[in-house]
Amino acid sequence: MSTIEAAAPARRTRSPQTLAKAGVVAALVLLILFGWARYDNFLSSYNILSFLRYNAMFALIALGMCFVIITGGIDLSVGGVAALGSVVAAQASGYGLVPGVAAGIATGLAAGAVNGVVITRLQIAPFIATLATMLAAYGTALLLSGNQSVSVSYDTAFTEFGQGDLMGFPIPAIVMIVVTLGGWFVLERLPTGRRVLAVGGGEDAARLMGLDVERLKFGVYAASGALAGLAGAILAAQFGAGQPTEGVGWELFAIASVVVGGTLLTGGVGSVGATFAGAMLLALLFNLLNFENGKGWISLSAYWQSVIRGLFLLAFVLLQARIARTQED
Amino acid sequence: MTLVSMRGVTKAFSGVPALIDASLEIEPGEVMALVGQNGAGKSTLIKILTGAYRRDAGTVTLSGREVDFASPGAAQDAGISTIYQEINLVPHRTVAENIFLGREPKRWGMIDIGRMNREAEAALARFGITVDVRTPLSGFNAATRQMVAIARAMAREARLVIMDEATSSLDEREVATLFQTIRTLKAQGVGVLFVSHRLDELYAVCDRVTVMRDGRTIGVHAMNAVSKMDLVTAMLGRALAAAERDLSASHGQGAGAPVVEAAHLAAGRRVRDVSVAVREGEVVALAGLLGSGRTETARLLFGADRPDGGRLTVGGEERQFREPAEAIAAGFGFCSEDRKVEGIIPDMSVVENLTLALMPRLTKAGVIDRAAQRDVAETFIRKLGVKLASPDQKIRELSGGNQQKVLLARWLAMNPKLLIVDEPTRGIDVGAKAEILKLIRDLSGQGLGVLMISSELEEVISLASRVVVLSDGRDVAELSGEAISEHGMMAAMAADAEPRSGHG
Amino acid sequence: MVDQTIDGKTGAPKRTSRSLAAAAQRYGVVVALLALILFNIAATPNFLTWQTLNVNLTQVCAIVIVAVGMTLVIAAGGIDLSVGSLMAIAGTLAPLIFTGALFHLPTTAVGIGLAFVLPVIAAAILGLFNGWLVTAFRIQPIVATLVLFIAGRGIAQVMTNGNLQVFKEPAFQVIGLGRIAGIPVQVILMAIIVAAAAFVVRRTLFGRQLLAVGGNPRAARLAGVPARRVTLAVYGISGALAGLAGLVVVARNGASDANLVGLGMELDAIAAVAVGGTLLTGGRAFVVGTLLGAMVIQLVRYTLLANGVPDAAALVVKAGLIILAVWIQQQAKGE
Repeated sequence: MSTIEAAAPARRTRSPQTLAKAGVVAALVLLILFGWARYDNFLSSYNILSFLRYNAMFALIALGMCFVIITGGIDLSVGGVAALGSVVAAQASGYGLVPGVAAGIATGLAAGAVNGVVITRLQIAPFIATLATMLAAYGTALLLSGNQSVSVSYDTAFTEFGQGDLMGFPIPAIVMIVVTLGGWFVLERLPTGRRVLAVGGGEDAARLMGLDVERLKFGVYAASGALAGLAGAILAAQFGAGQPTEGVGWELFAIASVVVGGTLLTGGVGSVGATFAGAMLLALLFNLLNFENGKGWISLSAYWQSVIRGLFLLAFVLLQARIARTQED
Repeated sequence: MTLVSMRGVTKAFSGVPALIDASLEIEPGEVMALVGQNGAGKSTLIKILTGAYRRDAGTVTLSGREVDFASPGAAQDAGISTIYQEINLVPHRTVAENIFLGREPKRWGMIDIGRMNREAEAALARFGITVDVRTPLSGFNAATRQMVAIARAMAREARLVIMDEATSSLDEREVATLFQTIRTLKAQGVGVLFVSHRLDELYAVCDRVTVMRDGRTIGVHAMNAVSKMDLVTAMLGRALAAAERDLSASHGQGAGAPVVEAAHLAAGRRVRDVSVAVREGEVVALAGLLGSGRTETARLLFGADRPDGGRLTVGGEERQFREPAEAIAAGFGFCSEDRKVEGIIPDMSVVENLTLALMPRLTKAGVIDRAAQRDVAETFIRKLGVKLASPDQKIRELSGGNQQKVLLARWLAMNPKLLIVDEPTRGIDVGAKAEILKLIRDLSGQGLGVLMISSELEEVISLASRVVVLSDGRDVAELSGEAISEHGMMAAMAADAEPRSGHG
Repeated sequence: MVDQTIDGKTGAPKRTSRSLAAAAQRYGVVVALLALILFNIAATPNFLTWQTLNVNLTQVCAIVIVAVGMTLVIAAGGIDLSVGSLMAIAGTLAPLIFTGALFHLPTTAVGIGLAFVLPVIAAAILGLFNGWLVTAFRIQPIVATLVLFIAGRGIAQVMTNGNLQVFKEPAFQVIGLGRIAGIPVQVILMAIIVAAAAFVVRRTLFGRQLLAVGGNPRAARLAGVPARRVTLAVYGISGALAGLAGLVVVARNGASDANLVGLGMELDAIAAVAVGGTLLTGGRAFVVGTLLGAMVIQLVRYTLLANGVPDAAALVVKAGLIILAVWIQQQAKGE
């Protein structure tokens, strides 16, 4: 049998995603080094642990968003679902830590399932479907809470879920790390994860290859909702109250994390690790700003953080566009 | 026992029937050809068999058992493997994942990546292909992707393999390898359903042929008992002798001044060194195998992509087009090979699609003169014989041939000097094909310069006054007059292709 | 899929089967609006008063002005998430200008004039920046406009250090509070913008090229449509309209709060566009539909509030409404 030459030798250049992934990790390391060199207590265990504690919920939401975006979808409802989750968790917190957290997750799961059904059964574009769910989630949160924040029960251990430590490590940070590792495992090592990637890479192709596209899509929206609900439970436990109006703009922050992590919004590619790094990077900017203000040389108001975050997003997006373009030639 | 039996199958889309009482039978170890014009219902019939569509009525049995697949997955589990017309794979994923997606080798619930890669390599080796299976599929050319699709279909034990235009992007050697595989499958008792527009291939590998027309199965013949002419006549339902003879008339002579001359064009990997000139009143064909740089050359001429090097002379003046708009202003028109992606604006009306390029000239102070726009459109609809319900109809509702006519009219309305047509008859039924070829011939007779790209050698032979043969991004031969023959072109394409494979 | 369903000779059979759904898409929003009005006449006390009309129209003005720009962007195949932030920037700039906080003013009149013009120009330039990201770097519109969504409000907050600017400047506040022949100036402004945009989309070269770019960008480019310029212009227009809406909002309130002006406006505008019957996939634009869509959303909220249903429940109803509207469109488009 003759060997076929027409098969082009694969270009052994790195994919744009690999480079973007390296970029975000490098930027994260550089920022940490910068902070370590410039500020005294930057790498103190207090700063590191509280940083992880208060940013865990953003990382969880970004993880869910990463899976959704990999399928070529988007989930605008996460902020609203987190708010709803925080209200429900606070209301259930009287029954204990586990029931409170479970109530938050279950609420998020239900909202995510609604997204999944509307998107896969009614065939409505994810952007619109999740936009509607966001409105409905805020509405429900306000109805349940009577338009005000709902205090959690201090008779149970519920607040420990946000404020407590386990072996000296903040519980939210532990949850974040365990869940993120789990997400990485699912995406990289389980058939389900590879199939999710395939759905985003070509829905029709995946369908003709015999994959149950609808079930996979339903799954990612349900997961994103559950993670938003979990974030809501952390929110309630951390602030001691369910916050029906919190979470505005979280969805776009999560999308920014995913984008900074090099995941294409067109779907088909994505990395849990890079998304996590992206979320940490955006959060770190705020932390650094606080330290800079603490030095007293300049006084940048907290409002600068969104400007700086925007500039960072811009820089990353431009860099990725450039890499993508050089790869094309 | 008969492997597959489909009887009385009916299917309609939004009330429009696509299949009416269609049938198909395949014996174990048999290669069955399925032919018909575009829109005859072949794809619909196949998609019902593979679970992509559900039938409205009729029976389908597999090895005597009645089946009704709810999804492609269910059909695959029942032993039906399909290689689709458009390559249905996932570009961002690796070659190995594409072969095993949906039934990955597992260990403790996790994907066994090492085993998956090894098995993928082995599956491809059967076809004499050695590639790094860990790289994303998007890095490979169409032929390799097609072979990956075939390897995917073969990698699972199948009772029936369906090949829907599986050879359309393969070169002859690859086709030969595929045929070898088909014969092996046959020997193992696997049934094969083979769909191809290339009739020669059917005679090379098929046992019987099922002919479809207008959603019906109109005949089943033993391959060696039916002539090509009979087949074509059966597909069309009428003799097309008239149209074909018209095309075999003498080639356009007496070409005038050069419209465009390109010298040593180069761009990226696909176009390395191409020189081509088109004069008034002549049809120049760019010939070459897939991937030889034909479309890329045409896009450079039209300003759709930027060249890295080379000179472009238009009407005696050196030019550089940065955008198609500039080429259009210089009197160029370009019909892309992919109507759907690069031609029509699906939701716009025929009138607006037809006048899209002309629109700036129909505009006063930014406002479009709608009466003038309609006049132009109606004139060309009449001239080209576009069949439609109303000029205000959305273009996506027209058939492929009529869409193509509207797109040709888009340029003719501009009164161009040069028309570039890339695969002008792809996906168009035989009747409309002949009309479009005749139109191109008439236009060149009126002094229009035409640059044509076509994979159908017969078209090139019947139309072209000169043929520039490309190979691997270079022009390797120019043929004219008597030299334009199937043999001449094959020889020119092969001349350059052969020595390279020696070193590879 | 489609090529088998259509007979070459005529596209007629398709129409009958979908005519109902198509009519629902085309006129559904009109029917919904009429139904709401009739319901209110019957159920809501004092509905047919100028007061009610005024309240509802002024509530809806800013959303409609932004949503018209959004309609054009979506029709051209994009989306603009930055509109709320651009409103905040324009709304913050205007008082800074006419109070002379930003630069010295020769006369108050000049200050007022500049306070109308400069913020809108600034917002338009930022809109062009969005368009530049989309066209020059081929960045997806959601991502490109996300940059200014995040940074834009920050810029507005930084300009005022997050402080509320309260002012009383009747000459400037005309745009939010003034009336001509009893009709609020902002309503007139809205009507002019809707009419102009509808005309542009239907009758002008720019409008048709915009739809071509949204319907099939590659084909449009190959047909000589200046796709980049059209896209750039569309984002510029969206930015300018967002800026204008920002002025209307701060003028109406007599106060400018960078934290709140235009907050969540991007999603309100997209909802109005969707309910109005413009597909989010691009290539089509119903400007008047967008106006009606915004009015339906507003009137639903008003109806619920007027009948004692809390605002929070109105959000849930709004969500259902959006899904229903888009689902109907989906049916009309067919598989």
